[in-house]
Amino acid sequence: MCLAIPGKLLEIFDENGLKMGNIDFAGSVSKACLEYVPEIEIGQYTIVHAGFALSVLNEEEAKNSFDAWDDLIDRANAEGIEMEKLERPD
Amino acid sequence: MDFPEALSCPVPILSHDTVQLAHGAGGKLSNEMIDKIFLPRFMNSTLEKMEDQAVLENPGGRIAFSTDTFVVDPIFFPGGDIGDLAINGTVNDIAMSGAIPKYLSVGFILEEGLPFETLHRIVLSMEKAAKLAGVQIVTGDTKVVNRGSCDKLFINTSGFGFVPNGVNISASNLEVGDKILLSGTLADHGMAVMTTREGLSFQSTVESDTAGLNHLVQDMLAVSTNIHALRDPTRGGLATSLNEFSSSSQVGIQLYGDAIPVKENVRGACEILGIDPLYVANEGKLVAIVPPEVADEMLNAMRANEHGKSATIIGEVTDKHPGIVAMQTGLGANRIVDMPVGEQLPRIC
Amino acid sequence: MKYLDEFRDPVVAKKILKEIHSVTIQPWVIMEICGGQTHSIIRNGIDQVLPKDIELVHGPGCPVCVTPLEIIDRAIEIAGRSDVIFTSFGDMLRVPGSHKDLFMVRSEGGDVRTVFSPLESLKIARENPDKEVVFFAVGFETTAPGNAMAVAQAAKEGLTNFSELVSHVLVPPAMEALLSSAANRVQGYLAAGHVCTVMGWDEYDPIAKKYKVPIVITGFEPMDVLDGILHTVKQLEAGTHNVENRYARIVEQGGNQPAQSLIKDVFEIANRKWRGIGEIPASGFKIREKYAAFDAELKFSVGDIHTEEPEACISGVILQGLKKPHDCPAFGKECTPQNPLGATMVSSEGACAAYYKYQRILNE
Repeated sequence: MCLAIPGKLLEIFDENGLKMGNIDFAGSVSKACLEYVPEIEIGQYTIVHAGFALSVLNEEEAKNSFDAWDDLIDRANAEGIEMEKLERPD
Repeated sequence: MDFPEALSCPVPILSHDTVQLAHGAGGKLSNEMIDKIFLPRFMNSTLEKMEDQAVLENPGGRIAFSTDTFVVDPIFFPGGDIGDLAINGTVNDIAMSGAIPKYLSVGFILEEGLPFETLHRIVLSMEKAAKLAGVQIVTGDTKVVNRGSCDKLFINTSGFGFVPNGVNISASNLEVGDKILLSGTLADHGMAVMTTREGLSFQSTVESDTAGLNHLVQDMLAVSTNIHALRDPTRGGLATSLNEFSSSSQVGIQLYGDAIPVKENVRGACEILGIDPLYVANEGKLVAIVPPEVADEMLNAMRANEHGKSATIIGEVTDKHPGIVAMQTGLGANRIVDMPVGEQLPRIC
Repeated sequence: MKYLDEFRDPVVAKKILKEIHSVTIQPWVIMEICGGQTHSIIRNGIDQVLPKDIELVHGPGCPVCVTPLEIIDRAIEIAGRSDVIFTSFGDMLRVPGSHKDLFMVRSEGGDVRTVFSPLESLKIARENPDKEVVFFAVGFETTAPGNAMAVAQAAKEGLTNFSELVSHVLVPPAMEALLSSAANRVQGYLAAGHVCTVMGWDEYDPIAKKYKVPIVITGFEPMDVLDGILHTVKQLEAGTHNVENRYARIVEQGGNQPAQSLIKDVFEIANRKWRGIGEIPASGFKIREKYAAFDAELKFSVGDIHTEEPEACISGVILQGLKKPHDCPAFGKECTPQNPLGATMVSSEGACAAYYKYQRILNE
């Protein structure tokens, strides 16, 4: 459960004494509480659930996932199976 | 064509700033409202007679007649307002029969206390939409109800047009092998409204797609009059329209998930709210079922029209699983696209 | 969409799938305990394309589904009061209580409003000082930080008209309850990625060790789910039973510390009933004594509630992964999304609803 998708932090502001942010989801901007991600900086990605940012997305780890999957593809290519390299989130 | 925009067309001066109960009573105040707010914007030779009914020429043949009532909240949203919807909604329902919409009636239910400035803005939208569609508003009615008895305003529009000979469009006409064409991106309208509603904390960039589609339909009929089915997927979204087709014709429908176009910012809004774009209302899109041999030419004609620029083929009619709409996922699996149950609610889980 | 689309790439997904096929030698039973993952699996057809040897069983990961009938009935009673504005996530509105649901309360005149976040409920409370605003705080650990913040914030602002009706449930006790049951067939687990975002994964190590099951923290996109399954199978084939994090871009071992801190401040662990399963000790949260003023159960003394579950509903055994929706005689007949007999058909993530919506034809 727990629908939460990654969005980009555009700005930080205060509301009712809480640290809040405007998060951009591919052009739809939504407000979320940033109290649980005190270290977050503008431009970073975070996942938001029920109006609360819960984690700062680790871009290094995301790249690692792709490295691992690229390995699968490299091995497939070595076996003579055609596979396209995927687009990395640079 | 040049249309007066709200800023350059100031609110007419009336004896009150807001709608009173007396404005619906049929007396002097009613006449003032009609003369100053409605007549100047909807003017045509039939309406100006101000009879209790509109008497119109009948060239003969079949009539396509439709009615719809508009109660959307909020009444203003990015990309349009309730006035746009009221005109385009009925124009489109008529147009989906292949008929050229000609005449509309408009019935207003106004809440006591509604600012005339608001009403004027909406009437301007209706004027513009009607002119773009090429329809005349030939008769109308206004009632005013006590504060609290309706939410700002409700609008009913009814209308008709004449169906050309040889055109027989129906949900029961689908044939195995037919292609399914969608005129553009899904979920724009529903998400524009949903993200504008207070409380969802959205700075919405999503805009409603409200538009009259009658000219698009005529462009399509010019390619071939053998369009099997047409629908504008409003409430319940594309999924509902396709399920209705599949059920009426007792055929299966196979969709290709990857082919279905959704704008990026609409997707973002859908993702964060947990809403499936297949079930969200559209107000300026149509889905057409056509024989395979005309599909490509039909698509080109659609793309040449301003309201069909992103038209694409999204699937086909199949003899497998009659009465059921299925969609292929990226993994190659097939899943059902069922009828929705009730309103689409933002999901938390 | 960045960090979303890339994890839905069908080309890579198919490659991971191929890898799963090539490493699977024996039959295995794997459970996911997260309604979001159930939804993703059925919607993308992942269970249709896995090797036949892998059986995916759907666990009680849908907090909507497991909220006890008594609490739904309590919510309905409170929502019907004329001085109450009852706020809730959308999913809860259609869950059937003993006699009706929250939607019906609204149509009967109750002020029931959907909110997207508990912060919206707070806003409603500020704007309506003459009304009692109640927030239906349902969820797993993922939702707890938000619900805790709402209570803490209400206390800070001195709001006297805000309270939460809490039905929080916890994953690790549920896993233990399932694993310790004699009927358990599950050999490997996909742990809920967003629950672990909040809580970390320290609680899972002892479970993996004790019951000798691999637990793989998994995300939600097709590639994430397939990757989670792949690593679970790899462990099963190798005979290892470790906690493994395959959602590292979001989940850290310690989880979210500020969130855990505030959760501890506002909530304490309590025994909770799980609809269809029964009481699981220490499996939920309740509001602590110091915040009692914000506990709707205390604020609104609801008399004895007599609950009635429809007899035909077997959602309990489905939630435990012991049966599939198709095994239920009422599935698709008396029980449909339009007319649900139990919570697993109402919630969009309940196994029954997911099967009905996406998979009906395949079994006809």
